[in-house]
Amino acid sequence: MRWNPMLRVGAAVFAVGLVAAACGQQESLGGGGGQAPEYEVVQDPRFAPGTTMAELSEAGTIRIGTKFDQPLFGLRNLDGQMRGFDVEIAKIISGQLGIAPEDIEWVQSPSAQREDLIERGEVDMVVATYTINDERAQRVSFAGPYYQAGQILMVRSDNQEITGPDSLRGSGARVCTVTGSTPSENIRPFIEESQLVLFQQYSQCRDALGTDQVDVVTTDNVILLGYVANSEGQFKLVGDTFTEEPYGVGIPKGDVQFCLFINQALTEAAGTGAYQRAWEATAGTVAEETPELPELNSCR
Amino acid sequence: MQPVISFLGAVVGYFDPVIDNIGLFADAFLHTLEIVVYAAVGSLALGTVVAAFRVSPVSPLRWVGTSWVTVFRNCPLTVVLFFCAFGLPEIGINGAYFWFGVTGLVLYTSAFVSEAVRSGINSVSAGQAEAARAIGLTFRQSMGQVVFPQAFRTVVPPLGSVIIAMIKNSAIVGAFGVGNELFSVHATLVSARGLALIPVLLGVAAGYLIITLTGGALLGVLERKVAIAR
Repeated sequence: MRWNPMLRVGAAVFAVGLVAAACGQQESLGGGGGQAPEYEVVQDPRFAPGTTMAELSEAGTIRIGTKFDQPLFGLRNLDGQMRGFDVEIAKIISGQLGIAPEDIEWVQSPSAQREDLIERGEVDMVVATYTINDERAQRVSFAGPYYQAGQILMVRSDNQEITGPDSLRGSGARVCTVTGSTPSENIRPFIEESQLVLFQQYSQCRDALGTDQVDVVTTDNVILLGYVANSEGQFKLVGDTFTEEPYGVGIPKGDVQFCLFINQALTEAAGTGAYQRAWEATAGTVAEETPELPELNSCR
Repeated sequence: MQPVISFLGAVVGYFDPVIDNIGLFADAFLHTLEIVVYAAVGSLALGTVVAAFRVSPVSPLRWVGTSWVTVFRNCPLTVVLFFCAFGLPEIGINGAYFWFGVTGLVLYTSAFVSEAVRSGINSVSAGQAEAARAIGLTFRQSMGQVVFPQAFRTVVPPLGSVIIAMIKNSAIVGAFGVGNELFSVHATLVSARGLALIPVLLGVAAGYLIITLTGGALLGVLERKVAIAR
C-alpha cells in the first residue's frame, strides 16, 4: 500500500491539470465574441492650453489602466488584444482626444493598485470595473459613472435553500468572493465571519462552487452572468441585486476639466449609439438588456 | 519643542490606518497564530516520523521517507497549497479551507523538519546505536531512548529556522481561501477600503515580527536549556 500517497498526488496533479485546461478555455471565450466596433477618432481636436486633454492630445498617446483578467470588461487575450466593455469605453474617450485605439498603452491595474497608479502618475486614467465610493474619492477623482452594476449571488442550480442575501445568515452556507474587493465588504453584514471564503480571483471561487467547497459566489452581476452563461446549466443567479456599484473612470484627484471632458464624451457616445455598440460587443453577449448611461457625477 | 511634537504627531497620523483598525489586526493576528501553532505541531510530528522512516532498517519505509522529502521539499509551497485547496475537492475530499491551508503547510514543512531531524540523528555517533542494540534494545527503544534524545539537542537551532520560515510562509495561505489571516488584512484595508498601503503593510510586518521574534526568543531559551558541553 505504500504507493497510495503517490497515487493520490498523481490523481490530484491530473485533476488540477484538467481544471487549469478548463479555465484556459473559458477565459479565451470570456472577452465577448464578435468584431470589436470602431469609434470616432476626432481629427485635430482643440483644447484650452495647459489642460490634461491638451497634453494628451498633443502627445498623441495615452496610458490607460484596466484589468487584464476580467472577462467581459477588461481581458487581455493570448494574442495580446484587449477586449471588454471597459476597454471599449476607454477607446471611446481616447477617440475624443484624437487618439486612435492602437496608440493606447494599456497598463494592468489590479484592484489593489488602482489608486497608487493614478497618484504616482503611471496612468492617465483607470477604467477597470472601478466602483465609485467615498473612501476612494478621497485619493482620486471619478468621472462617469458609465455603468451601474449591482452585487448578486450565484449558487449551484440544484440549491433551493438560498434565495437571496437575507437567507445566508445561520444557513452555514460558505460564501466566496475576492480578497480586498468591494463585494467582500458588502456581504459581511449578511453573514458570519466564518462563512466568508476569500480567493485572489473569481475564477477560483467558481471552481470551488463546482466542487462543493463553497455554496455561494457573490460579486457584481455582470461578472457572474459570464460564469452562468459558460456553466452549461450548472450555476444560477438567485435574488435581486442588493447593492449599487457605479463604475467610474478614475483620474488624478481634482482634475475637474478632465472629468467634465470625459462626462461629455460619455454623453455623446450614448447619443450616437457608440455606447450601446460597445456594450453589445462585450458584456451584451451574455447580459439580456443593454443599459442606459447612468446619471453622471457633477465633477465637483 | 514645537517641531518635535508636530513631527511625532505626523508619525502617529501616518499610522492612523493601523490604529483605527487595530481590532481587525488583533483578530487576524490571533487567526495567524492559530494557523502556525497547528502547522508547527503537525509538521514537527510528521517530520519526525518521516525522519524515522528515512533512517529505518526497513527499505520500503526508507523509500517512502525519501520520496516524501523529495516531493515536498522540491515543490513550491504555492503549488502544494493549490493541490490542497483545489486538488483535494476535485477527488472528493471536502473540508474547511483552514484545514487545507494547515495541511499544505504541514506537508511542505515536514520535509524540512525531517531533514533537520535526520541531520541530528546522523550527528549521534553510530557507536551509540550499536551499543543500544548490543544491550538488547529494539530499534524503537534504541531510537526513542538513546538516539533521539541526543539528536534533539543538535536539531533545536535548525528546527527553529525551519519553524520561523514556516511562520512567514503562512502568509501565503490567505490566497487559498483561509480568510482573515494577518497578511490578508492589507487586501481588506488597502484594496477594498482604499487606505494607504505602506502603513498597513508596516502594521502587518509588525504582527509577524511579534510572532517570529517571540518564537526565536523561546528557541534561544530552549537551546540554552538542552545545551551540553562537548
